[in-house]
Order: sequence, then structure tokens, then C-alpha cells
Amino acid sequence: MDRTSAAPADDAGWARQRHRVLRDALAVGVSTGAYGLSFGAVAATAGLSLPQASALSLLMFTGASQFALVGVIAGGGAPLAAAATATLLGARNAFYGLRLASVLGQRGPGRLLAAHLVIDESSAMATLRDDPRESRLAFWATGVAVFVLWNLATVAGAVGAGRLADPTVLGLDAAAPAAFLALLAPRLRDRGTWALTAAAAALALALTPVVPAGVPILAAALLVVAVAARRPSATGAAR
Amino acid sequence: MIWFAVLAGAAGCYAAKVAGLSVPPRVLADPRVQRVAVALPVALLAALVVTQTVTTGRTLVLDARAAGLAVAVVAALLRAPFLVIVVAATAAAALIRLVT
Repeated sequence: MDRTSAAPADDAGWARQRHRVLRDALAVGVSTGAYGLSFGAVAATAGLSLPQASALSLLMFTGASQFALVGVIAGGGAPLAAAATATLLGARNAFYGLRLASVLGQRGPGRLLAAHLVIDESSAMATLRDDPRESRLAFWATGVAVFVLWNLATVAGAVGAGRLADPTVLGLDAAAPAAFLALLAPRLRDRGTWALTAAAAALALALTPVVPAGVPILAAALLVVAVAARRPSATGAAR
Repeated sequence: MIWFAVLAGAAGCYAAKVAGLSVPPRVLADPRVQRVAVALPVALLAALVVTQTVTTGRTLVLDARAAGLAVAVVAALLRAPFLVIVVAATAAAALIRLVT
């Protein structure tokens, strides 16, 4: 967009668009922040300290991976298994970057900062829009709104759950599996993904008594994906 | 040791984010890579759901978490939002523990 050629009417239109984008970004930030409360509570229940829970939200900043890391640790898994599970789940953010790179057009330090904000929500909000200027604004506004509220909510959730003598009385140990289910449900779009789900779940259970805690998740997922990658029909059409 | 997991996991996740913005698009656009990208989160999340629900360490355990997950499945089928699914599961598990 060339600013000098924009008529006043376009400026008014852009002001309206900008207002709408910022409002949507804030709404996404608030709803994601609410889910940060559950992350903070789950992390405290798993035995993470407040600094550890906060470090995850500040430095890892990708919800599913944070839940996975905490889940593996809660299950008695080794730190390396926990880190590997979180990283594999975070690999999907690389594919968001693929679509965002042309929109953002960042180079150098700007790209390193933008990368930290590449998550489900900011990517969805940016790629929903056709106008590059709007996309860029949606990415940054959503990323910053989610970052701020997610981190505040993590502290609130961790402090709240940390005050309880036994968080399992409130059923908080059921929060993590429910969170994974809630993240999985929208991905179950066809027979291929259902088959993957059943195979990975069955394999993880079968491996549980025979390998150290945390390893069944990694092993089951990698084995199932290795098979699925060889057979184009197994996962349906690529996104 | 938890700190090692936190920092190593954070480094791994950040590396994935930077890679997405930096590697040549044709690498990530490869059909096989695309299939892995769709399948990996599904398989990991499925394995996490079952292990977090019915295992403790290396043993299989059926407790209030299973009731929580059953309620979560119903909520997910009704297309409830994320937080409703989590809170419903938590409340169900708490209720089971209260009455048993």
C-alpha cells in the first residue's frame, strides 16, 4: 500500500478496520488468558514452582507444548522426554511461520521477535485477512495481547492452585487430560485422523508398563506418524 | 531437573518458530513434511490424553480422572469452548472424589 496515494476516505476505512482488528485481538487475548489460568493451576499441581510455570509461559509461549511438558513431568517422566514432547508439539508453529513469512516481511531482529509470537491464535488471526497491512496488525496485536494476558493468567492460576493443600481434591489432575482432549477434538476431521488417534492412544497404553514414564507418548506418536507419512491416505489431504 | 526440561523445551519450541520464518518455503511445503505436520500433533495429543487419564508412572490406574475425561468427551462433542471442557472435567473428578 502506498500511503501518499491513499484518499481520505481510505484513511477513515483503515481506522475502522484497525479498530476492528484491535478489538478482535483483545477478545482472543482475554479468552486465551482464561485458558492460561488452567495452565498455571495444572503446572502448580504437577509440582512446578511459580518461577518455573512463569518461565514456561514467558519463554516457551505455546500452550499445547507447555501443557505437554507439565503433563510428562507430572506423570514421572524424565526432563528430556518432557522437553522432547513439548518441542515436537511445538513443531506445528514452524508451519504457521511458512505462511506468515511473506505477510510479516521481517528481517533481522524483527524476525526473531516476531518468531516468539508465532502461535495458534496470532497465526489464525493473521492468515484470516487478505490485506497485508491488516494481517500484520492482526498478528502483532493478537500476539502481544495473548502474551500479556497468558502470562498474567499463568501467575494467577499457579498462585491459586499453589495455595491448596491437595489440588486433586478439586479434581485439578483431571484438567490436563481434558485440556489435551479439547486441543485434539477440532483436529478430528476425517477417518484418517481418527485412526491415528486410536493407534497412538493404544500404543501409548501398551508401552506404559514396559518403558520409563514419558517415553510412551513420544514413542507412540513417532511410530504412528512414521507409518502415516508413508501412506498419503492415512492423514487425508495435506492442509 | 525441572529447570532443564523448561529451558530445553523452550529452546526447542523457539527454534521451531524461527525455522518456520527462516527456512526456504519449499522444505516445509514438501507433501511428506505436510503429512507429518498434520499427523504429529494429533498423535501426540491422543497419546497424552490416554496416558494422563489412566496411568500413574508405569502402572495403569482407573480413578476419578477417567470420569473427568468422560465428561470432557461429552462437552467436546457438544462443541463446548476450551475452558468449559476443562472446568467440567475438573468438577466431575472433584465430585467423584467427594462421594467415594
